[in-house]
Amino acid sequence: MTRKYDAIIIGGGHNGLTAAAYLARAGKEVLVLERRHVLGGAAVTEEIYPGFRYTVCSYVVSMLRPEIIRELDLPRHGLEIVPEECLFTPLPDGDRLILWADRDATRREIKRHSAKDAESYERFGQLMYHMALAVKPILSMVPPDPTSLSPRDLSQLLKLGGHFSSLSEKQFYALTKLMTMSVTDLLEEWFESEALKAALSASGIIGSFVGPRSPGSAYVLLHHYLGEVDGATSAWGFPKGGTGAVSNAIACAAREHGAEIRTEAPVEQVIVKNGRAVGVALESGEEIQASVVISGLDPKLTFLKLVDTNQLPTDFVESIRNFKIRGSSGKVNLALSGLPNFTCMPGPGPHLRGSTSIGPTVDYLEQAYDDAKYGCFSKKPWLGVVLPTVFDPSMAPPGQHVMSIFVQYAPYNLERGWNDAQREAFGDAVIDALAEYAPNIRDIILHRQVLTPWDMEQSIGLTEGNIFHGELALHQLFFLRPTAEWANYRTPIDNYYQCGSGTHPGGGITGAPGRLAALEILKDGI
Amino acid sequence: MLKGTPFHSKTSALCQSHEWQRWSGYLTAASYELHHEWEYHAIRGSTAMIDISPLYKYRITGPDAERLLNRVVTRDVSKCAVNQVFYTPWCDEAGKVIDDGTLQRFSEQDFRLTAAGPNLHWLCENAYGMDVSIEDESAQVAALALQGPTSREVLKQVTDANLDRLGYFRMTCANVGDIPITISRTGFTGDLGYELWLNPEHAESLWDKLMDVGQIYGLRPVGMYALGLARIEAGLILTAVDYISSHHALIESQTSSPFELGLGWAVSLGKGNFVGRKALMAEKQRGPTWHFVGLELDWPSLERLYEAIGMAPQAPHIAWGTSVPLYDGRKQVGYATSGCYSPILKKYIGLATVEADYSRLGTQMMMEVTVNHQRKQAPVRVVKTPFFDPERKRI
Repeated sequence: MTRKYDAIIIGGGHNGLTAAAYLARAGKEVLVLERRHVLGGAAVTEEIYPGFRYTVCSYVVSMLRPEIIRELDLPRHGLEIVPEECLFTPLPDGDRLILWADRDATRREIKRHSAKDAESYERFGQLMYHMALAVKPILSMVPPDPTSLSPRDLSQLLKLGGHFSSLSEKQFYALTKLMTMSVTDLLEEWFESEALKAALSASGIIGSFVGPRSPGSAYVLLHHYLGEVDGATSAWGFPKGGTGAVSNAIACAAREHGAEIRTEAPVEQVIVKNGRAVGVALESGEEIQASVVISGLDPKLTFLKLVDTNQLPTDFVESIRNFKIRGSSGKVNLALSGLPNFTCMPGPGPHLRGSTSIGPTVDYLEQAYDDAKYGCFSKKPWLGVVLPTVFDPSMAPPGQHVMSIFVQYAPYNLERGWNDAQREAFGDAVIDALAEYAPNIRDIILHRQVLTPWDMEQSIGLTEGNIFHGELALHQLFFLRPTAEWANYRTPIDNYYQCGSGTHPGGGITGAPGRLAALEILKDGI
Repeated sequence: MLKGTPFHSKTSALCQSHEWQRWSGYLTAASYELHHEWEYHAIRGSTAMIDISPLYKYRITGPDAERLLNRVVTRDVSKCAVNQVFYTPWCDEAGKVIDDGTLQRFSEQDFRLTAAGPNLHWLCENAYGMDVSIEDESAQVAALALQGPTSREVLKQVTDANLDRLGYFRMTCANVGDIPITISRTGFTGDLGYELWLNPEHAESLWDKLMDVGQIYGLRPVGMYALGLARIEAGLILTAVDYISSHHALIESQTSSPFELGLGWAVSLGKGNFVGRKALMAEKQRGPTWHFVGLELDWPSLERLYEAIGMAPQAPHIAWGTSVPLYDGRKQVGYATSGCYSPILKKYIGLATVEADYSRLGTQMMMEVTVNHQRKQAPVRVVKTPFFDPERKRI
């Protein structure tokens, strides 16, 4: 055994790094162990094709907590977030719908599709503003256990109750609907334009194995508006340098505070003695001691692989086994010799400075889901397309571009299993879907990288390729994430903690699980 | 009637927002697009092209050029090498700042002084008995700033100048095609950047050339709103906002000395006599009454003020430039003169003038904020400026 650390963090993803930074900032001796040669987990930027840097998996910063940006001084460490200019949905009839950052431009655009919707959209936005305000404090709160009578849980619950009682009746009912309805049903109560419903529905399905007509999908829509409430702080957008730049900035902050970070140091197991975690054993055979061990990996890996399940209560193991972590999305990264040329909006322009959604109707999205339900990747998948080089030209040679395409659906459990042929067929389906709206795409592709959920599991270690470390379904959120009684970052093993996206408040590059876990660990005193 | 700058035919065609500001009698775009957010990110992420032609420019030549300038400005001009640029303030006899700008040295006897306001008369007055020529070339020189991390690459595509060897605050003469220009590595953004000085007759063709080659480097025209954010982040003072020129002040208390504006480093008391030296010597000895500081507002406190009325916090995305009181308890201890929400730092920052006792880093005080029509106070603390200072600015 070598020296002893105060804390060892398994996994150098953005949450693990955030936890490391906060612990180091509090004066603790911290060691981060990352299996790969690069830091960031799913938030990595890699030069897969010479001269072109891909934001390999995640591609947008959603709700990175402003307090983390401030407290860790991330801009000094290179973080820069550029806001999205628009959400661009090309339509099959040669038209399009663009929701701009500018209110007047958006109203005028929606009005071309429906004058009524143009007005409803603003009222809808107002309602969602209040919903997001109601939900927002939860993001920065350690989930209290509603069945517990401990003073801490009670005071948190009381605070929460007080908070919700400040909502008007109308707002409270709206929140209940939002938590239970399907995104399409909700939108149908508000809008008549198919294009608008489709554009907004797409936000309800990202990263989840649900369709726009599946109950519970409305909640995910709220995430989008949470970004808007944070709008004052503009924390929603594209990170310069790809999402790897976010991880690197957090790592820099952690190192500055004295944290030690080792790459290519895969952990074999957490060493548990007498029900307490005391260190880790690396695959290399090296053993390192620590007062606490923190896993930034998903709940399946944290509890079913890193520790001997003999050390855990039976019902706990059962609930982790039941934790839904079905991967549903893929990713295609392209190196391009020029810009895509959309038939409905030819040439370059501000419509390329945001996200492009290939998913013109709700039926299109639902049909894409239908394929996946029965073990196929979507023949016509929904695509979330961004061009990182438009806001950060340094990611490719001058005049050339990288394109990030988030694809849904690609089930982890493909009927005949994923293999090279299936992966390429999936990649082809993506390019075909895009080429319907931007026919020049095939002529400008210099290189293509296709990632299936299986690839994401293999390369980054996301179980079943689930980008959120477990679905953001209501039964897996807040005090139920990852499982009842253990939502406060602690685990049934003493001195063993969890800080990944499988804990509250869940996936996306928020840093919140990492920060909240670190603050809880400090409260326990190490 | 406001005038267009030499770039007006170009800027007006691109100004979708139709938001214009006046700058020394000229029209300048406040923002080109409907909002200025992306323009701001061009400054920090790619290249911003900013029309700065309304600056006043004076050409000072002759055997006594250096002598005149050393009499007028507070820095030691003899230390300004040929092809070097000095930022400097200049004062009246009372040691109060009249204006500030950059001084470019073309040769031993040839300088250009840029200024925010008219200074011809002041320069001529001080040239009494000197062998020097002073020319107001404001209208004869167009100026265009290229600012941002890719600005060097953009310029490299169009000029023969050796930009890799052009240091911070150095200048060089170069050609863009057949257009002769002067390039100075200066700017008002606190980022890597250059300012181009040229004959106005070439202004439009230079604009077109840069727009053309700059496209693949993310170059975009940028207006005053975005510049206003960048200059606060850079901690740079702005005349008529952060201080009043002693030539325009109505009462003595409106004036500021260089020491009170954080420009003590630019005052060379040892160089021999210059305008204001005596007063500045005395002030240095007793210490300035006021200090110029950077402020950071405690965001969670502002959030709580808004939360109490059921709103998300609102932040100034366009910089403000009015006087806002700062308090310690009930006592006013200073005033903030500019502020904004910094898009890159995710912080509400400001520039302020405070009593000497309140200028130490980390000092806390309260700043007045208006929260939905209500006057409230939020804590601010003194922090170091520049707020944002990327390495690329100098290397």
